[in-house]
Amino acid sequence: MLGYLLRRILAAIPVMGVVALFVFLLLRLTPGDPAAILAGDNATPEQLERIRTSLGLNEPLYTQFFTWIGKLLQGDLGMSLISNVPVLTMISKRVEPSISIALCTIILAVIVAVPLGVIAAWKHGTWIDRFVMGLSVIGFSVPVFVIGYVLIQIFAIELRWVPVQGFRSITAGFGPFFERIILPTCTLSFIYVALIARMTRAAMLDVLGEDYVRTARAKGISETGVLLRHALRNAAVPVITVIGTGFALLISGVVVTESVFNVPGIGRLTVDAVLARDYPVIQAMILLTSGIYVTVNLLIDLAYTLLDPRIRY
Amino acid sequence: MDCFVAPLLAMTAEITEMKNIVLDIDNLVVGLGKNPSGQRIIDGVSLQVREGETLCVVGESGSGKSVTSLTVMGLLQKGALVPSGGSVKLVGEELLTATDKRLRQLRATRMAMIFQEPMTALNPVVPVGRQIDEVLRAHTDLDARARRQKILAMMEHVRLPDVERIFASYPHRLSGGQRQRIMIAMALVLEPKLLIADEPTTALDVTTQKQILTLIRDLQRDHGTAVLFITHDMGVVAEIADRVAVMRYGRLVETGTLDGILRTPAMEYTRNLLSSVPSLVPRAPRAETDEPIVLEANELGKVYRERSFFGKSREVAAAKDVTLTLRKGRTLGIVGESGSGKSTVARCIVRLIDPTSGGVRLAGREISDLSRRLLQPHRKKIQIIFQDPYRSLNPRITVGETIAEGPINYGMPRAEALAKARELLELVGLPADAVSRYPHQFSGGQRQRIAIARALALDPDVLVADEAVSALDVSVQAQVLELLDEIQKRLGIALLFITHDLRVAAQICDDVAVMQHGRIVEQGPAAEVLTHPQQPYTKALLDAAPGRGWDFANFRPVEVAAE
Repeated sequence: MLGYLLRRILAAIPVMGVVALFVFLLLRLTPGDPAAILAGDNATPEQLERIRTSLGLNEPLYTQFFTWIGKLLQGDLGMSLISNVPVLTMISKRVEPSISIALCTIILAVIVAVPLGVIAAWKHGTWIDRFVMGLSVIGFSVPVFVIGYVLIQIFAIELRWVPVQGFRSITAGFGPFFERIILPTCTLSFIYVALIARMTRAAMLDVLGEDYVRTARAKGISETGVLLRHALRNAAVPVITVIGTGFALLISGVVVTESVFNVPGIGRLTVDAVLARDYPVIQAMILLTSGIYVTVNLLIDLAYTLLDPRIRY
Repeated sequence: MDCFVAPLLAMTAEITEMKNIVLDIDNLVVGLGKNPSGQRIIDGVSLQVREGETLCVVGESGSGKSVTSLTVMGLLQKGALVPSGGSVKLVGEELLTATDKRLRQLRATRMAMIFQEPMTALNPVVPVGRQIDEVLRAHTDLDARARRQKILAMMEHVRLPDVERIFASYPHRLSGGQRQRIMIAMALVLEPKLLIADEPTTALDVTTQKQILTLIRDLQRDHGTAVLFITHDMGVVAEIADRVAVMRYGRLVETGTLDGILRTPAMEYTRNLLSSVPSLVPRAPRAETDEPIVLEANELGKVYRERSFFGKSREVAAAKDVTLTLRKGRTLGIVGESGSGKSTVARCIVRLIDPTSGGVRLAGREISDLSRRLLQPHRKKIQIIFQDPYRSLNPRITVGETIAEGPINYGMPRAEALAKARELLELVGLPADAVSRYPHQFSGGQRQRIAIARALALDPDVLVADEAVSALDVSVQAQVLELLDEIQKRLGIALLFITHDLRVAAQICDDVAVMQHGRIVEQGPAAEVLTHPQQPYTKALLDAAPGRGWDFANFRPVEVAAE
């Protein structure tokens, strides 16, 4: 197990290396002078020359790469071209809102979706099953911003239970944090509830047909015991996969929700950077997102070994 | 001798009468769906099982034997199969009208069940000890220590070794026999009055099967359990039954004592069923021939390497030094238990997998070291039929296309190949117009005929049958074996027949090779090896063959036949 963990972490290094190379070449291989791209259309020749020297663009490509990687490893992701703030500072400010929303969403979605999926599979073919599946279709098909604005209209404007938008750090107290995060969380949860409930139902239906479920029933244990102890644990592997990848998607940014609720998260940072061609920020975001996916995938694989003793690496 | 036996039999019968009836099924009707006029899956079945008695329910697939047992346990799929008439009484208590809660209380305490597939009947993600523990937690108030002690004692009782270790093991760490012992321990830990065993030894090797049958017998004797034993195997019936009930199409054909059913079956169907059981006594040997050798395996070996990042890589020899020869028009059987390497050998010979050492000569040409591309022209000379006709035919392709695909690959014009497919279907006893139908429209036996036709389409010199009749009912099995025999006579094809069933081997093979742990332990003419085995392993295999004391087809014990 420890050996496996070590191997997987070692295997992540070349993956991240390739991503880093791609990110590096992104700027260098874009047609045109990188300095001109960085400086924008109205730059003077002196400004261009200054950028070239500061980025080492006059050096050979491989020297540039290793210099860049060296800085990267020290946490120096460069300066934003627009705001002239270090990229690392920009991102670290945006991480908390994104992670908070992602965590809350995934927790809420799992709490709601897994029982729904289990019940739908258990009552397969009945109106309960059809109801849950109907909900799931709605969850998939209604656009996120519609759900967001409807929730704002009802809970923030009509009922005045929570503020309309914004984000407060949890360090400012749980109350303000909670009342601002609840609506974006609920909004985002819709689609994840739909996804996870569907997956849970499908996996449970497979497992409920298995021989060991019949054995469990033949033992005379309660139906809850059959469903939870025997069926759900065996159905967990595909469900965990969906939850894990869903979580990675959530952290790397949910632009629409962040925009609707005016949350200063990673998603909006990325979109702003792309629109403004703020290359250092874009580079950093690609690296960060890849890192999140590699980590989440590793965690999913580790979860497999905990859930199923037959899976050994 | 009869003058001694008859009064003894009468006495036994009287004693049995006196014992309490544990399970009383009376005129049971189970229908498809809730509609009372729907199709009846079980139609008017009445059975009784008494204390300390084993009733064997025999029948072919679709006879309703499993549905009967699941009805008793209340485990029928809800809404799909519904009992609509009759009664099922367990020690006097009606089960059909019992509430779900009451049924849950009765399960494991009064009635318990063990299933066919020990590989899938246990939850793969829960240690086996805890799976037994669940029974005790659901039905008793014992504390954790007492429960553990009781479980360990029960595990010893079913003769599991090293019970502390097995208690904490996951099912995939145990052998098939050990898993079935766990199932039995789980079923009997609360000493139920009734044990339902649904084909409990069908998925096991013969030697393991024998141990499990003995175990069930002994436990039954010690505890006076009534056993409802469901099986398709007459050999197993002869080993374990006190009384026998024969079922077909959801109806009871006849019931009687073991001796009565095996010696003097009253109904035509029972007679046919018994006649289909292949005899363990090898058929009369065919004269040796000096036809050319079409297939030779020389010291064939296959080693699987398991790579490991740290530590050493593990090597498993699936086959070692296997040497075989097969002449035109002859049948060579490879027999052995699961994991003996017989299928590995078959697959190496056909080059579905690559042997790691040794050679294979097909019609005089060495093929073991040929590249995939160079092998291509030789592939048609050797064809294989697989075990499960439900999975070996592509469900989306018509039967005609399946059969014609091979010849078309080798350059035959499409129209000609399809015409050939029609001919072949007639050869294997199916109508020629079956070409345009799909596999799901055929029964298991018919599908295996299609698989045979597909293999024959390339005019092979050698036909490899890998457990080709194991998934079929005995009566169908007899027909398919007859077909293979007939095809061999007509086309002079050589047959390599892989089987775990010594009865089948005895009836179809000229020569047999017995395999164990990847090696051939004994090889020779079937009549010789199967009647005068030299090696202890072959002896053990023959000894474990269920019902070896009976010559079913002639309705008499083997000793009488020998006299």
